[in-house]
Amino acid sequence: MIDFLFDYATLRILWWGLLGFLLIAFAATDGFDMGVGALLPFVARTDGERRVAINTVGAVWEGNQVWFILGGGSIFAAWPALYALSFSGFYLAMFLVLAALILRPVSFKYRSKKPDPAWRTRWDWALFVGSAVPALIFGVAVGNVLQGVPFHFTQDLRPIYEGNLFGLLNPLALYCGLVSLSMLVMHGAAWLAFKAEGSVAERARQVGQTAAIQAAALFAGGGILVKLGLLGGYRVTSQIAWDGPSNPLGKTVEADSGAWLANFNAHPVLWLVPALGVIAPLLAALGFRARHEGLTFLLSKLGVVTIIATVGIAMFPILLPSSTNPGHSLAVFDASSSRATLRNMLLATALFMPLILGYTAWVYRVLRGKVSEEGISTGKTAY
Amino acid sequence: MTDPLLVDLSRLQFALTALYHFLFVPLTLGLSIMIAMMETVYVMTGRTIWRDMTKFWGVLFGINFALGVATGITMEFQFGMNWAFYSHYVGDVFGAPLAIEGLMAFFLEATFIGLFFFGWERLSPRAHLIVTWLVALATNFSALWILIANGWMQNPVGAAFNPDTMRMEVTDFVAVLFNPVAQAKFVHTVSAGYVCGATFVLGVSGWYLLRGRHVEMAKRSFVIASAFGLASALSVIVLGDESGYALTDNQKMKLAAIEAMWETEPPPASFTAIGIPSLKDRKTHLAIRIPWVMGLIGTRSIDKTIPGIDELVAHAEQRIRDGLAAYDALERIKADRGDQAARAAFDASSKDLGYALLLKRFVEDPRQASEQQIKDAAWSTVPGVPYLFFSFRLMVACAFLLLGVFALSLWHTAREEEAPRWLFRLAVLVLPLPWIAAEVGWFVAEFGRQPWVIEGVLPTFLATSELGVGNLLLTIAGFTLIYGVLAVIEVRLMLAAIRAGPEVAHVVEGLGPGGAAPSAEAAE
Repeated sequence: MIDFLFDYATLRILWWGLLGFLLIAFAATDGFDMGVGALLPFVARTDGERRVAINTVGAVWEGNQVWFILGGGSIFAAWPALYALSFSGFYLAMFLVLAALILRPVSFKYRSKKPDPAWRTRWDWALFVGSAVPALIFGVAVGNVLQGVPFHFTQDLRPIYEGNLFGLLNPLALYCGLVSLSMLVMHGAAWLAFKAEGSVAERARQVGQTAAIQAAALFAGGGILVKLGLLGGYRVTSQIAWDGPSNPLGKTVEADSGAWLANFNAHPVLWLVPALGVIAPLLAALGFRARHEGLTFLLSKLGVVTIIATVGIAMFPILLPSSTNPGHSLAVFDASSSRATLRNMLLATALFMPLILGYTAWVYRVLRGKVSEEGISTGKTAY
Repeated sequence: MTDPLLVDLSRLQFALTALYHFLFVPLTLGLSIMIAMMETVYVMTGRTIWRDMTKFWGVLFGINFALGVATGITMEFQFGMNWAFYSHYVGDVFGAPLAIEGLMAFFLEATFIGLFFFGWERLSPRAHLIVTWLVALATNFSALWILIANGWMQNPVGAAFNPDTMRMEVTDFVAVLFNPVAQAKFVHTVSAGYVCGATFVLGVSGWYLLRGRHVEMAKRSFVIASAFGLASALSVIVLGDESGYALTDNQKMKLAAIEAMWETEPPPASFTAIGIPSLKDRKTHLAIRIPWVMGLIGTRSIDKTIPGIDELVAHAEQRIRDGLAAYDALERIKADRGDQAARAAFDASSKDLGYALLLKRFVEDPRQASEQQIKDAAWSTVPGVPYLFFSFRLMVACAFLLLGVFALSLWHTAREEEAPRWLFRLAVLVLPLPWIAAEVGWFVAEFGRQPWVIEGVLPTFLATSELGVGNLLLTIAGFTLIYGVLAVIEVRLMLAAIRAGPEVAHVVEGLGPGGAAPSAEAAE
């Protein structure tokens, strides 16, 4: 009865969806604690304020970060060629992300171990760097993926990447980095407004409003760049065999500046997604002003979801286009794992994902309520 | 061919980051279980000293855990960064356990660790206990999945090469899960983690008892540590991963190298207790041999032989020759995807394809290899015998020393007298041993797997990314710097927390692990 689920073509599309789900879940959860880290020096000035900001995410950031680890593991399992190419291709950028993500857990944990203000200030900056740098680099990576990345495969399917770090840091990619940074700052501010009390929440409202408008404007600007053909566009020109072998050498792809809009034009209802990517952050900006913190956070989340989903929809069925050998681009139909692995991993996900969502929700429920300076200084467990 | 320097640097970086990661993992494995046991006593008896113990050891656990998580992130992504060809070649099989580790174990662990530290006042004691056990269980599940992945590198069951996708693909996932090498490694590794946790608690408690500080807490911790440590040390030694050594050619080679057994002896083989193995002369000088012992341990019989290195090399040579047929067939398939004769030839010989790839170190096209190159490639399957010989003995010596210390400690505490001071001193002295044993153990397992990254399937020198050497130098320097600084900070914080002792948690009631603001409060 559910055999159709395990058809190779269906499995590939499901795993494309799951890849999107994991990346979006990462941005929507770890995204707000990264936003908090990136905002830390600006919305919180005294040690007490900073502790408030940190403690709004203190107990949950660790679980949130697993979305990133799980995203990495799932790309390895379901899209091995994508895992191999993107991480080795973006080598030094990945190293920067790793260095930043190594600093984060330690900053959270070690900051409170000594009362020394110099010690704490140092960890605050580590937390800032550890949060802002990945938020920027993830966007830069998306910008490069949209434009196409210089790589090819040998006949043995050995991936050869031809670019370097400075190629990655091109102006258009940096623009995308700003989109993602503004988006996550908005999200972090929405969380702080929702979860913190006093001056921290107040400043977060101010910053959040600006960041939300900025995110909406930059994202809309990105749409114009795509329309102008500046942010790439690739089209599969050969017949697609949805259940063919995962070998990226068997197709033809052409660079076509209009291609990233083709899916939207073919199915106009999809325009709703990028439209929400602009509208939701703008509504969130109003929400900050009107002090509807809960609603603002949900709107901010909706903005994050739709902005990332827009990229996925625009590129489908391409995952990672090659700018130097477009035919070698990785696509949903030729870069996946075997049918057996996709099926096994789907079963494992179906088994564990509901549990994960369930206990994560329970943990958030246990930790509900606002964080205030009085609360953390009157003998509560806190960072 | 890939630059050999790039291969060496990629291996160096992996070794550095993995060994560094594994400084924190075993303590997390062992301490999480011991903390859960202490909290169980608290919930069952209601005696608050057990809660204070839980919180105190929890502070130390937290300091260690943060670095374990931080350095684990590197591991998850390093395969793609530095081992791109590996990731493409075996991701279909190897990626799945890593992803399931995230789904089943790491998510559980990371979500509940926050509640462990922050949930003391928000949860009932019973609910908090469940949280603690979930964290402990999750760390162990985590080890299970990682070792299923690693076990597959040592014994790649349930997979076959697919010429259409040019990579290994899973054929029997259940075989991958129940890989006997993975199971043996799992038991061995988590037991080693328990020994590490027990040694840590024993040593720190011994230090307090020497100084007469926190005596009530230290005494109880000492008892728990000696009992748990004795059981774990027995498990490490008795259920050591010896059981997997008979399974594959490479595992047999690893065993022969560890024991520096050059020639196959008539059963039961003798055990070389000590000697000086020489790769050049292909024999062991000044060897002291104990008759029978090796045969008994290695085969659990008196009539089965254990193949020596020379015999295994001859066997590898045969597999290289067979592998050339597979290599040739694969080249013909690449030239003409519809060539059914080539596909049939490939299916018949594909299990030895990896052996033909060994020749790529010596010649671009293995089919052009000379007789001498085939012989050289066969000899390249011998790992660095002297290193394995000595490091294995160091690991075993650490294990037996610790077993002795735990046995003595348990015996003294069981007699319900004041244990002698030299015992506490000994407990402090042996603190580094479990870490030495664990690091050396991984060295034996992975260096002993060379020249393979996947036993019999993919040689290490073919598995890297195509990166510039400069990139590698930059990241090795970067990791060394970050990891070095963090190591210094970690050890200092650990020592400070031990010196401060559990009162911190007492004085500011409710402030517990997680670092809390005890120091901030105290400073006021």
